[in-house]
Amino acid sequence: MKAATADKEESLRYLKALAEAARLDPAAHDRIVGSIYSEAERIAGAVVHRTRPKRDWDRRIDDILTSRWLGFPIMFLLLGAAFWLTITGANYPSRLLAAVLFWGQEQLAVLLGWLGAPSWLKEIVVDGMYRSLAWVVSVMLPPMAIFFPIFTLLEDLGYLPRVAFNLDRFFRMAGTHGKQALTMAMGFGCNAAGVVACRIIDSPRERLIARLTNVFVPCNGRFPTLITLAAVLAAGLGVSAYQTVFATAAVAGLVIAGIAVTLFVSWLLSRTLLRGVPSSFTLELPPYRRPQVVQILARSFIDRTLFVLARAVTVAAPAGALIWLLANIDLNGQSIIQHMATWLDPFARQIGLDGFILVAFILGLPANEIVLPILCMCYLSAGSMVELDSLSAIHRLFVVEHGWTWVTALCVMLFSLLHFPCGTTLYTIQKENGNWKWTFLAAAIPTLTAITVCFTVARTARILGLG
Amino acid sequence: MGLTSNACGWSANRETFGIKRNGSIPVIALAGNPNTGKTTVFNALTGLNQHTGNWPGKTVLRAEGCYAFNGREYLVVDLPGTYSLLASSAEEQVARDFLCLANPDATVVVVDATCLERNLNLVLQVLEITPRAIVAVNLIDEAARKNIHIDCRRLAGELGVPVVATAARYGKGIDELKAVIAEMAGNQLSTSPRLVTYDTSLERSIRFLEPRLKDILPPYLSARWAALRILEGDPYIFNTLHHFFEGCGQR
Repeated sequence: MKAATADKEESLRYLKALAEAARLDPAAHDRIVGSIYSEAERIAGAVVHRTRPKRDWDRRIDDILTSRWLGFPIMFLLLGAAFWLTITGANYPSRLLAAVLFWGQEQLAVLLGWLGAPSWLKEIVVDGMYRSLAWVVSVMLPPMAIFFPIFTLLEDLGYLPRVAFNLDRFFRMAGTHGKQALTMAMGFGCNAAGVVACRIIDSPRERLIARLTNVFVPCNGRFPTLITLAAVLAAGLGVSAYQTVFATAAVAGLVIAGIAVTLFVSWLLSRTLLRGVPSSFTLELPPYRRPQVVQILARSFIDRTLFVLARAVTVAAPAGALIWLLANIDLNGQSIIQHMATWLDPFARQIGLDGFILVAFILGLPANEIVLPILCMCYLSAGSMVELDSLSAIHRLFVVEHGWTWVTALCVMLFSLLHFPCGTTLYTIQKENGNWKWTFLAAAIPTLTAITVCFTVARTARILGLG
Repeated sequence: MGLTSNACGWSANRETFGIKRNGSIPVIALAGNPNTGKTTVFNALTGLNQHTGNWPGKTVLRAEGCYAFNGREYLVVDLPGTYSLLASSAEEQVARDFLCLANPDATVVVVDATCLERNLNLVLQVLEITPRAIVAVNLIDEAARKNIHIDCRRLAGELGVPVVATAARYGKGIDELKAVIAEMAGNQLSTSPRLVTYDTSLERSIRFLEPRLKDILPPYLSARWAALRILEGDPYIFNTLHHFFEGCGQR
């Protein structure tokens, strides 16, 4: 027997020579595929029997859901309905949870007092860690518990691939891959998951664009923030009948703005840093299937609700302690947070925010879920302790005590929508690309976008004398 | 004697696909189009006894799991869902390379009973690579609801390999599938896979190439299949073969 390794090169050379000799026809590939297809057709014809000509409901529904004219209105109606249900449904359980959890706060304080804990420890644990935990749970759990099952239901019904189909045209116009519509849809769940999902895109150029722009759609962590802020914004309107409608429209409008920015930045990237032609792909529309209700509830609760909540909680507790420290360590008669806020304030004002808001976004880097809780704690840290058990209390805190206008609320929402990705997402992008340059850009591009948009909105409002 | 399976044991090639278990445990590959319930079949076979990761050197998700049947253990590798094996995407490349080079003891092709015709394209391509194939006609319940009936015995006759009807979602047909896998992995089944006959000029070229390829390829790699890929100018076939020779070089 000859040594295998010695044969290796020779064998490959031989193969290539054979290939040269045998390459007869450039259409060979098409003829091979054609023969396979007709054989498959023949066999299927012999073994498949349809008893009754079936009315093709799937096709009919698809004609409506993905039609040029009705596709988008239906999409926005469904999205709007999901948000409306979430906003109206979340209020009551939110209040109930807050009541229970703040009752727990008093009990914890009593317990620590009974154990003889020093007062600084009591304050860190109760006012810092426990309060931010209670905040995260009571504000975020109800919207998530309502929104995620609805979202999972749409996914299970097979509607999300139709959304991708509708959007495909636009992504191709932006010079990127149609599958980006799918990874973007994943981003609505979690941007880190969306970034991982970009693996389904084959072309490295298009994959990178999809990763860099995934953060422009609001994830689970930011939806509660947006929904709460929309409700705050609406509460200022006074007329309660229109409040929910207005809040729903505001959130739906932000989602559309996010998609528009995704497309615009993708277009910009594919014209500048990452030039190239879009590659084609086939998107299969899976059949509509009867959703498995129990599985939807279990999956949305375990995979999404608990997952996001657990992450928020693990981050919120230490962050709560840190913020308490920052808010209570005095330097020259002012807390560290106030120093930071004062220092950032002039810049923040330019983009329609204030120093505290910007501090909250920066401290919220580990997880977007805690931006709003941090902001409330920052605002509250100076003054007295308030139980934030309802939207009207938040409204009072933001609008009455800290002078928010509707421009402020809008800019906070836009900044939340467009700013740098959370720590987890950045870490995921770094792991997927293995290149610091792209990770840096993944943070820099959204941040610059957020600053530009907020600055424009704030400036325009000021010039027009609004707000 | 040229390169044979003696010179190039398949275990060396299996290792390059991340299969660490050595020795006698049979390796079962699971292939199929996307959305055929392939993952449901995988779950029904292995239960919770599985782990996920990436294919070596690729960002394609990979899952493998184990199950025991009649006192024997089996390793199931869930290949990426693909419509064909023409290697135009990373998924197709991974699936094809695994079937060609890792020489699984049995390959289960999961097909969707509600759109059999499209799925058969993949089945026919798999049959060109390996005769050790089993077709699992899944979603048979959904097809019945849509008034589609599949004559599985006839299908088995047409394809020349075993066909099992399954509704993996309800665990239907899984035991039968396991029994057929056990027979095939234990060399108790002989198959005569249907090979697509191409037009006369292609067949003439195949007749020219096939014996020459047989001389240098290992016996489990179909020379007819390799000839077809060379004829259509497949850009990846040399990568695949190179990979195979690399596997030898490591020994």
